[in-house]
Amino acid sequence: MPHGEAATAESFRSARVRRFLVAALVFAALALSPLAIRSVYLQNVLVLTLLYAAVSQSWNILGGYCGQISLGHGLYFGIGAYATSVLFVTWGILPWGGMIVGGVLAVAVALLIGYPCFRLQGHYFAIATLVIAQSGLVLMQNWDFVGAARGIQWPFGPDSWWTLQFARAKTPYIEVSLALLVASWLATVLIGESRWGYWWRAVKDDALAAESLGVEVFRSKMAAAGVSAFFTAVGGGVYAAFLAYIDPDAVMSFRFSLLFALPAVLGGIGTPWGPLVGAAVLVPLGEFSRSYLGGSGSGLDLVIYGALVMAVALARPQGLLSLVPRRRAAP
Amino acid sequence: MSGAAILELASVSKRFEGLVANSEVSFSVAEGEILGLIGPNGAGKSTLFSLIAGALVPTAGTIRFAGADITALPAPERCRQGIGRTFQVPRSFDSMSVLENVMVGSFVRSSSSSAARAKAAAVLEFVGLAPRAASFAGALTPPEKRRLEVARALATEPKLLLLDEVLAGLTPAEARAGVDLVRAIRARGITVVMVEHVMEIVMPLVDRAVVLDIGRVLAVGSPAEVVRNEAVIAAYLGERHRAA
Repeated sequence: MPHGEAATAESFRSARVRRFLVAALVFAALALSPLAIRSVYLQNVLVLTLLYAAVSQSWNILGGYCGQISLGHGLYFGIGAYATSVLFVTWGILPWGGMIVGGVLAVAVALLIGYPCFRLQGHYFAIATLVIAQSGLVLMQNWDFVGAARGIQWPFGPDSWWTLQFARAKTPYIEVSLALLVASWLATVLIGESRWGYWWRAVKDDALAAESLGVEVFRSKMAAAGVSAFFTAVGGGVYAAFLAYIDPDAVMSFRFSLLFALPAVLGGIGTPWGPLVGAAVLVPLGEFSRSYLGGSGSGLDLVIYGALVMAVALARPQGLLSLVPRRRAAP
Repeated sequence: MSGAAILELASVSKRFEGLVANSEVSFSVAEGEILGLIGPNGAGKSTLFSLIAGALVPTAGTIRFAGADITALPAPERCRQGIGRTFQVPRSFDSMSVLENVMVGSFVRSSSSSAARAKAAAVLEFVGLAPRAASFAGALTPPEKRRLEVARALATEPKLLLLDEVLAGLTPAEARAGVDLVRAIRARGITVVMVEHVMEIVMPLVDRAVVLDIGRVLAVGSPAEVVRNEAVIAAYLGERHRAA
């Protein structure tokens, strides 16, 4: 096999071109999918699949690349949903702006949480994020200004891209969710190729060795947390517009925190396609089991998810994507 | 060869609770020299390494590097200033390829990925790991992992390289290749401090040796001086041998 600087650079370039070509094909197929999938029910499933894939991709930046397992991303999702809803309903600020505000707020909260918590090791970090997210849920259930447990109803209005409100059409939500997935995928891949990406993976694999090579471990974690929280909150904003009604349990219960981590874990943690593959299995499975086996709230879908993840963890710990044969290890 | 002191330790001590790992250790390393840090197991060699590299903070004493006090600097900052290290038990990034492992090191000096990649490829060529560049680090053999440790540290462009038992547990042929690598590193103008406890391997290689025993400096000098030192013989072979 040829090696040396020139060959290394060349093989990296061709692998990169291949990767972006595959991405362009996959995303184009998804963008055109509403032409083939006409059923409103299935389009609904597609919206949720893409949205969970996008948010799970955001979770993957912190959990998969940087190795900091968060069980509290429902908090950032909720911040995005609430910021978007409150700004739109109270002040008429368009959801597009509200999502960005929510994203920025979530970054601030993520950094505030990260500052003390990133000094914790291993499972303690996961437990801390879980507890903080649950506290946030209780806070929202009791905060009157944002509707407390009653929630916020978006006003009825004409179908419009400005307000991201469509009474019947699902296609716009498919495209917006897909756009968010493309954005989080690009962020993951482009940052992953940069110094930050290498630092994140070094921190995940061995923080002590990373430090000896000049890696700023704490700053790496903070950066990953910020990027991750931003896209998660934007996803919350899209979800709020899609539902047109939110309450604390509908956007930030523990269930969400779990459902953002699971697709990445199932599909392949720390890989750019893992979250989409995982969401494409988990979300339809959950929706179908709910409609055929009856009743949301029974938690049956969570039982099925749990069984599936356990099966994958036992049989294929690297996730479903590892079943796809690889040409060779990426240089 | 022996230029100005690049590293100076003055009365460096490290205590863990009741246990004294290093006590009043003082010595200096000249620029361009290969210094061996030897001593029996438990002599405090690895702890002293961690103190120099910044993974641990000394309880007392000062460490100066290239004339500046670095006693309180964290490990990443010491790396930027030019101290590279390897670990006794290799700590490769196993989810990354060999090339990517080395790139983590080269990112200290270049923020561009393509520059970091080019430098990592050149370093792999230098240490003889280039054919393995695309393999996952977890798939390397133990001697290859040792080389990867050295490559990663070299990619940070150190002025001073700390090698922690890189020659231990190798076959004689592998050890000879390792010795050649250390000489090639010094030929690039990099000062080397190496921990080893197999005297036969280190003594022909180093310019000077510092012998540690129970956390203290027992002897400092040329290999010839050190192996004749009474206290060293006693520590290595025991009192009875000396008496005999």
